[in-house]
Amino acid sequence: MGKWTRRAFITTGVVAGGGFAVGVALRPGHRAPELASLVAEEGESLVNVWVKLDQNNVTTVIVPHSEMGQGAQTVLAQMLADEMDADWDLVRFEEAPPSPEYANYLLGYGIIGDAEVPKALVPTFDGLMLQVAKSMAMQITGGSLSIRSTGQYGMRIAGAAAREVLVEAAADTWQVPAAEIQTEASHLIHAASNRRAPYAEFAPVAAQMSPPSTPNLKTVDDFKIIGHDVQRLDIPSKVDGSAQFAMDVQVPGMVYATVQRSPVFGGEIASLDDSAARKVPGVIDVVKVAGSKGENAFSGKQNIGGSVAVVAEGYWQAKQGLAALAVEWKNFGQDAMGSEEIFAQFDRDITAAVDRGNDRVQGDVKAALENAAQVVEAEYRVPYLAHACMEPMNATAHVRDGQCEIWIGCQNPLGFRDAVATALGFEPEQVTLHNHFMGGGFGRRSNPDYAVQAALVAAQVQRPVQLIWSREEDIRQDHYRPAVRSRFRGTIDANGDVASWENTYVDKHEPAEAPLIPYAVGSQDIGYVASPTNIPFGPWRSVDHTQHGFFTESFIDELAAAKDVDPYEFRAQLLRDKPRHLAVLNKAAEKAGWDQPLAPGRGRGIALQESFGTLVAEVVEVTVTGGDVKVDRVVAAVDPGLAVSPDGLKAQIESGIIYGLSAAMFGEVTIENGAVAQSNFHDYQILRMNDAPLIETHVINSGAAVGGAGEPGTPAVAPALANAIYNATGSRVRQLPLKNYDLKFRIEESDEVA
Amino acid sequence: MIRLTVNGKERELDVDPQTPLLWVLREQLRLTGTKFGCGMALCGACTVHVNGTAQRSCVTPLAAVQGQQITTIEGLAPGEDELHPLQQAWIDEQVPQCGYCQSGQLMSAASLLASNANPSDEEINAAMQGNICRCGMYGRIKKAINRVAGVGYFDPARGEV
Repeated sequence: MGKWTRRAFITTGVVAGGGFAVGVALRPGHRAPELASLVAEEGESLVNVWVKLDQNNVTTVIVPHSEMGQGAQTVLAQMLADEMDADWDLVRFEEAPPSPEYANYLLGYGIIGDAEVPKALVPTFDGLMLQVAKSMAMQITGGSLSIRSTGQYGMRIAGAAAREVLVEAAADTWQVPAAEIQTEASHLIHAASNRRAPYAEFAPVAAQMSPPSTPNLKTVDDFKIIGHDVQRLDIPSKVDGSAQFAMDVQVPGMVYATVQRSPVFGGEIASLDDSAARKVPGVIDVVKVAGSKGENAFSGKQNIGGSVAVVAEGYWQAKQGLAALAVEWKNFGQDAMGSEEIFAQFDRDITAAVDRGNDRVQGDVKAALENAAQVVEAEYRVPYLAHACMEPMNATAHVRDGQCEIWIGCQNPLGFRDAVATALGFEPEQVTLHNHFMGGGFGRRSNPDYAVQAALVAAQVQRPVQLIWSREEDIRQDHYRPAVRSRFRGTIDANGDVASWENTYVDKHEPAEAPLIPYAVGSQDIGYVASPTNIPFGPWRSVDHTQHGFFTESFIDELAAAKDVDPYEFRAQLLRDKPRHLAVLNKAAEKAGWDQPLAPGRGRGIALQESFGTLVAEVVEVTVTGGDVKVDRVVAAVDPGLAVSPDGLKAQIESGIIYGLSAAMFGEVTIENGAVAQSNFHDYQILRMNDAPLIETHVINSGAAVGGAGEPGTPAVAPALANAIYNATGSRVRQLPLKNYDLKFRIEESDEVA
Repeated sequence: MIRLTVNGKERELDVDPQTPLLWVLREQLRLTGTKFGCGMALCGACTVHVNGTAQRSCVTPLAAVQGQQITTIEGLAPGEDELHPLQQAWIDEQVPQCGYCQSGQLMSAASLLASNANPSDEEINAAMQGNICRCGMYGRIKKAINRVAGVGYFDPARGEV
């Protein structure tokens, strides 16, 4: 730490009503007073842009990230509270309002440039977070950034600054040296004069002080809350039904709507007969929403088709109404497309290699090939995947008198506000967005299509409308994890060493480093070709790491098998100069009992993937009986640098593993006649309790820069599973999902499998 | 007019009797703790108790529960400032992440334990496999159920029961 300080600006100010403000801004400017009107209620002092203190000495942390289940809001509160020496029992949190003042400025180059962020992540900001760099209008929750950027560079400095200003205020009042004042549990203590006072008492005095320019941050040994388990602040409301998700919003006068968008992506309504729908009791209106085929900052060109919505007194009536509609769609020739054609196109484009882009080119691949003792080739593919958040997409909107108010759960409140404003022809200031708990996000709720749709429906109805997607609509109108095909060729030289690694895949997204391998292979040629389709895509938990983790960690396993070397030993040898990688690999193998023999029909596989600044190795154990695969156990070793919330990290790793395992075993969205064939949980299967393995997570606090938690658990599980199945059966799983395989037989790989 | 008892309160509803109970709970009675997930009894998010037994409210027409006793997540706790033991166990094991499925998970688990105070692992799986948790908290849900069932749960990561 340390570099950020010269980029931090600490300000004091008096807010309306004589309150007190200490602002910590990570950019020039005096922001706290303006923010006070947004977040401070009567009787509360805005201690800084991320803290309020009330008269009861309750510290409210204002968290600029959304809660989709990852526990980030609690963790961020922990980070601030620790530096502030706040009493954890007196800490509350609330989500920051969607105002540019609360934008996640760290995601812009200005802050990130020389901050303590791995260089490998910087390209992420060019792509995945393009919206950030473009507009700086950011409050995105994604990229596993909450802790490692907002927490490290925002919350901690805010907490430390608040503490120091309060100390100074007390020193001034008490006429004692500041150095003699200690802080503990939201109190200021001067032992020599036996004085002790709550923080709240000194807020007004502190308002007159000049803050220190660089507050001192604690070292790891001083942490009392960071690195310790605390109960998540949101959990009590999630066991009694009181947690407010967007769908739970009740606005006076509200009506309900449900919708169908063109099943073929980019289609528009050709004809609509709504006469039967309008006769359904309770139906109020039938409205059309035009499609948008504009440029989306993250996802590239997206085909958002036209939709028709039925507005009714209740969801059920709206649904009956929708079923009674007779719609014909104009599909612009897109209805001939299917998954097999898409994979065949990928195959042709990889072979043609026109305008191939490079991720990494080093050494001499050609020479390695000429001198190879052994050449290993393999090709892998993964399907489109839906996010299938438990809470279907929904939003409540009220558009009237040049104002739009919208209630939603989203990963990017500012971006959503801007998107809604643009769609309505408004300025962003004319849109008020209330963000709620998300019933799952996983990247899906970073795309504002459902917000825009709700606003455009509400604009035609002039009443508050709660637009709820059916599960079928949610599965069929996602922004899917892209399907990918990836081709590999590796060589082993006369000494038995891996000499070269060649890899070409379709469609590069983010993060840029996802296809790169950590292994010491002298000659590498890793690159990609474009092979565009009209299927909308977007970030899916761990983004490109899920596909490339499966490819690269399967292929390294194939190289080990070709050499007839133990796949764990093989990796360890190639990671000899990467101590952090080696440590997680060794830990996973050790805890899994890698050297213990397994009964026939059982198998063990290992994989390792670094993503979002966190290293994860996983060992999967399977039993294959009569062709059925049972995943018995997953052992994970995780190095996040420092686990800010150890149990929270474990929960995230468990969650990431189940999410990845669900996809590896069952997840598949197929395209038929230009539309998604799946519709609900019967044909888009999700892993259930009876298929869930035991999961053990072992954390290594290496002291490296703090990494992410929400996503890094996911990438390694699919390859570890495939490698375990190979270990158990001798069958190589090169195409996901596993459900398409008949493991009763040792099958030969072919395109017909999936 | 359809009469039923919800969380101990008698209710009279003038609603299309074919309307699924889920939407009546959410829209007419404003009990939004019961969640919509799939509409086809495939995910369990809408689970409530009908006369003490878990049932998917998204496919239960209002007419089918005429005169019945309905319990929702809002009525699971025995009293105002009390939690059901499972709710406390959910907090103790830090079960929820996004939390959206947890009302349904809790209602399914409570129904299980009401009829089988000491379920085996297989019995827990059988009772709970209709409830999807997209955040994948199955291990913690099982631990929490076992905590209430009074059965020690072996945690291999800690090497302790």
